Parts: sequence; structure tokens; C-alpha cells
Amino acid sequence: MANNVSHITEYKVLGKVFLVLLFLTFLTITVTSFELAAFSVTVALLIAGVKGFMILTYFMHLKYESLLLRILVALIFVLYALVVLITFIDYAYR
Amino acid sequence: MSNDKEKTEYVSYLEHQGKYKGIFSWIFTMDHKRIGLLYLYAIVALFFVGAIMGLLMRIELIAPGETIMKPQTYNGIFTVHGIIMIFMVVIPGLSVVFGNFFLPILIGAKDVAFPKLNRFSWWIYIAGCILAVASQFMKDGPPDTGWSFYAPYSTSTGTNVIMATFAAFVLGFSSILTGLNFIVTIHQLRAPGMKFFNMPLFSWAIYATAWTQLLATPIVGITLLMLIAERLFGIGFFNPDLGGDPVLFEHLFWIYSHPAVYIMILPALGIITEIIPTFCQKKIYGYKAIALSSLAIAGVGFLVWGHHMFTSGMSNQARWFFSLLTFLVAVPSAIKVFNWLATMYKGSIDMKPPFLYALAFIFLFTIGGTTGLLLGSIATNVQVHDTSFVVAHFHYIIFGGMGFAFFGAIHYWLPKMYGRMYNMRIATIAWGIIFVGFNLLYFPQFIIGMQGMPRRYFDYLPQFQTGQVISTIGGFILIIGTVIMVYNLIKGARSGEPAPANPWHGSTLEWQIPSPPSLENFDEALAIKSNPYDYE
Repeated sequence: MANNVSHITEYKVLGKVFLVLLFLTFLTITVTSFELAAFSVTVALLIAGVKGFMILTYFMHLKYESLLLRILVALIFVLYALVVLITFIDYAYR
Repeated sequence: MSNDKEKTEYVSYLEHQGKYKGIFSWIFTMDHKRIGLLYLYAIVALFFVGAIMGLLMRIELIAPGETIMKPQTYNGIFTVHGIIMIFMVVIPGLSVVFGNFFLPILIGAKDVAFPKLNRFSWWIYIAGCILAVASQFMKDGPPDTGWSFYAPYSTSTGTNVIMATFAAFVLGFSSILTGLNFIVTIHQLRAPGMKFFNMPLFSWAIYATAWTQLLATPIVGITLLMLIAERLFGIGFFNPDLGGDPVLFEHLFWIYSHPAVYIMILPALGIITEIIPTFCQKKIYGYKAIALSSLAIAGVGFLVWGHHMFTSGMSNQARWFFSLLTFLVAVPSAIKVFNWLATMYKGSIDMKPPFLYALAFIFLFTIGGTTGLLLGSIATNVQVHDTSFVVAHFHYIIFGGMGFAFFGAIHYWLPKMYGRMYNMRIATIAWGIIFVGFNLLYFPQFIIGMQGMPRRYFDYLPQFQTGQVISTIGGFILIIGTVIMVYNLIKGARSGEPAPANPWHGSTLEWQIPSPPSLENFDEALAIKSNPYDYE
């Protein structure tokens, strides 16, 4: 059904999110100087995941959307995670 | 037009004069119905091109050794046949033709959510088709990799692989944009009072299909770009000589291309679900089970791609995991078949051509589905992998499923689309010829496949000739039946008897408006039923 209510996010909020994203970008670069071995990719993906979550929530207005839409977006990520996981079942045991 | 009185009251979408005249009124149209027809004409034309190539292959295989073409020509023809049929006909087919034409009408909308984007999708579809067909005539010769472009051969062959894969990439964009358009249309433009579980089941099928288009297609897009990059710059993604992994290509290709089978078949299942209650004059059995099974097929279907790769060197753990998931995806498909049969039970069955196609669909889809389970089982898969058994299986699903659903849909909805009826007797005769021809063409391929006839082979041992000859005869019968069917439909659409608004006594919204519909579909307020198949 049509839901044409528009939301305007305050500049202050957008600015704070931008600063957090910048901080996380520096953090991504900084952690590469630590020897994390097999976990280096995991940490990089975790930070990227948090950044993606913030962009979706604030910049793409998911915060203001219906629960159904939020669930659908979450399911997409679950699906892609499953696809990657299943692919790696092959690579891990080959 | 149903009569002169109606003619004075409304202007049909076919007669409506917009900003542009003549052919430009079609090229620049944003009307979802006209765009549906444009796709229809392109797809029918491409279908015949692909079918003629299929027939040429059948003639070549009528006897062992060289018959009418050289081996390299044969390689090119089976590749081009696959590219045209898969990427230009069956993947977009039902969704872009009948989804475009009927989805908005079925949910009580005036158009899709983004009409300009819809027009753009059509334009880039045509651009992709032109690129793909052009790749057959360029200097280096048609691609010879098969439609699946398997690496490492596709990274090194001297034929026109780059242009063909780029065409598939462009066609993928069209598919993504159409999927996006349909999802937003269903979420935003349902008529007031129509909730998700009040929608006709074809809309549910299109919804599930659209999600698959949106989520799976980018993966093959990137994969094909990686292949192009490998060919142009020597990057070692897939070629083991450069440190790449050819199995990775197969993973990435089938992560899209198996869900693509569901992009083809889900709308077909939706169409059959529309036809059966209309010609049984009975409420559909198990509405919610059918609706949710579409989503289940789309969801589980995303995770079964590895059954195409059982002999490709995957780990054993991955093989049994994919085998298990493949068996799971049969469950929601079977739910639909059981519900169709339950709907027919004690119904007032009217054996008109659309219903005959629906019956044929169930028969052929069941054979295709059960042989799919044989292929999902690792042991039998290894036995018949890359034999004509696989060719027979997927033609039973794709042609017997999607193709027959397409034929059923055009017989069902043609009176609504053009406002005219076709000749029922000729349509029934054509159906019989097509059904016989189809089974003669493909069933022998199960048998010779079990006996060891490899697929994509130009030559074969004499022991397979009987099956090959029967198959070729079937091919000719099938094409004759198809030509009769198309002739009858074109004649009906151009000069058939005027069709009433509801010739089949259907209950869904498209039958409540004049034939053909007006530009904005609904000129009066709509009455939305809680169950769209209410025949009580």
C-alpha cells in the first residue's frame, strides 16, 4: 500500500553518522598494522558491516521504514551470508 | 472491442493516441500493456530463431558423422541456440510479457511503479539482443563455449566470447530493473483494500520471481565481467595457468543460473494457478500454501546451485549438502501440483485450449521434476552427467514447463490483450500436435542418455541412431504444431471474433474490465474480493 510519508533527518544526526563512518574508516586502516592472521579479514568485514548498517539505517532511511521492509533487507543479508557459507563448505573441505 | 457501444465509452490502449504517432508510439510508450506486447513480439521472433537452430542440430544428428554442417559450426549453433533461448527467451519470457501486461491489472493498479524505468528496461533488453545476435556474425565467429561459458576454455577460445558475455551482462541489467519495478509495484500500488493475501497467485509468483531477478542477476553480471577482464588483461580469476580456479567460475555462474531456472518457472507456475480455477470454476485449493510455496521455491532455489557441479571436483561435503538441498526444493513444487489436482477435483472442468496447455504442463513438469530428483542424487548424477538425459530433463522443465505455460497464457489472455478470439478447433489441434511432437523429440533423449549418449556431441555411435531419428522426427512435428498455433493466434488477434470482457468466466480483476483494457485499465471503482478465486 502507498506510504508516501517523507522524513527529514537533521543535519546534526547526519554529521554525527559521517564522523562515525570516518572513524571506522581510519580504524579499518589502523587494524591492518596488527598481526591478526586468519582474523584480519573477519575484523575488516565486521567494521565494514557496521558501516553498512549505519548507511542503510540513516542515509538510506531504513530507520523510518516499515518493519516488513526492514525484515526483507535483513533477509537479503542472511541469504547472501548463506550463499558465501555454502560456497566455503566446498573450499574448506576440498 | 466488445461492441460499438463500448467503443464510444472508452478508448482501448491499442487505439489510444499519445504524444507520439506510428511506430514511435510503441518505441516511446510507457504503457505497461504496450511494453508487454513489445516484449512478446521480440520473444516470439527470437524463439523461432532459436528453434530453427535447434532443428538444424536435430537434422545434423539424424545420422552419425557429418550430415549438414562441420563440427565447429555445430559447436557455434548449440551455443547460440542456448544463449538466445536462455537469456533472451525463457529467462525474461513470462515475466516481461505477462508480468508487464497483467501484474498491474491483477492488483488493481494503473501501471507499474516506474513506467519510464520499464521503458528503459525494454530498450536495454533490445540492445542486449542486438549485441548477442551480432556476436554470431563478427569476424572471430560465434562463441563455441556453450551458453554456460565455462572457464578455462572461455578464457582462451578465439571466438566472440567477450561480445556474447557482454550481451548477457546487458540483458541482466534489464532483468534487474524489471524485477525492481515489479517488487515496488506490488508493495506500493495494490488497490485500496487489497492485502498481500488478497492478491491473485500470479502476482505472488511474479513477486517471488522479481526478488530472484533482483538478488541473483548481479552475481552473474560480475562473473561475466570477471571473465571479460580475464580475457582482456590476463587476470587469473579462473584460469589455473594464471593461478585461478575454474570451479570458482562454476560456483559464481550457477549461483545465478540455477535461480534463473526459477525465474523461468515461477511465473509459469503462477499462470497455471490462474488457468486451473477459471476452467474448473472452482476456488483454488490451498491459496496460502501456493502463495508461500512460491517464496519457498525462490528461497531454497537460491541454495542448490552445486548440483550442476557434482563432477567438477567439489568437496564431498559440499556435494551431499547440495544434494540434500536439491531434494528439499522439490517439496514446495509438489505442494503446487497437489493443490492444482485438488482444485480440479469435483470442478466443472471446461477443456478449452488454455486448460489443455495447463494439463500438458502438469504432465511434462512432473516428468521434468522427477528426473530432476534423479540428477539431484549424486550417484545417478555422476552416471548421466553431461549426457542427453540432462538435455531431456531441462527441456521438459524449460520447454515443457515454461514453454507450455507461455502457450497456455497466450491462449488464456489473448482475448483480453487484443479484444478478439482465436479459432478454438485449430488451437486444440495445434496443442495435440505440439504435445506429441514435444514428447517424441525429448523422451528418447532420456533413454539414449541413460545408455551413454553425451550431450553437445556432433557425432555418435550407431547404437544411438534410433533414438536420434525419433527425436528428429519429433522436432519437425513440434515445429509444425508451433507454426499452426502461432498462425491461429495471429489470425485471431488481427481478425478474430470480438471477445467479450470475460470469455472464460474468470473471477480475477482482468476479467472485470473491457477487452482490450483502456490506457489506465480501470475507469470505475474496484470491488476487491477477500479471495480472488471466489466462484461461489
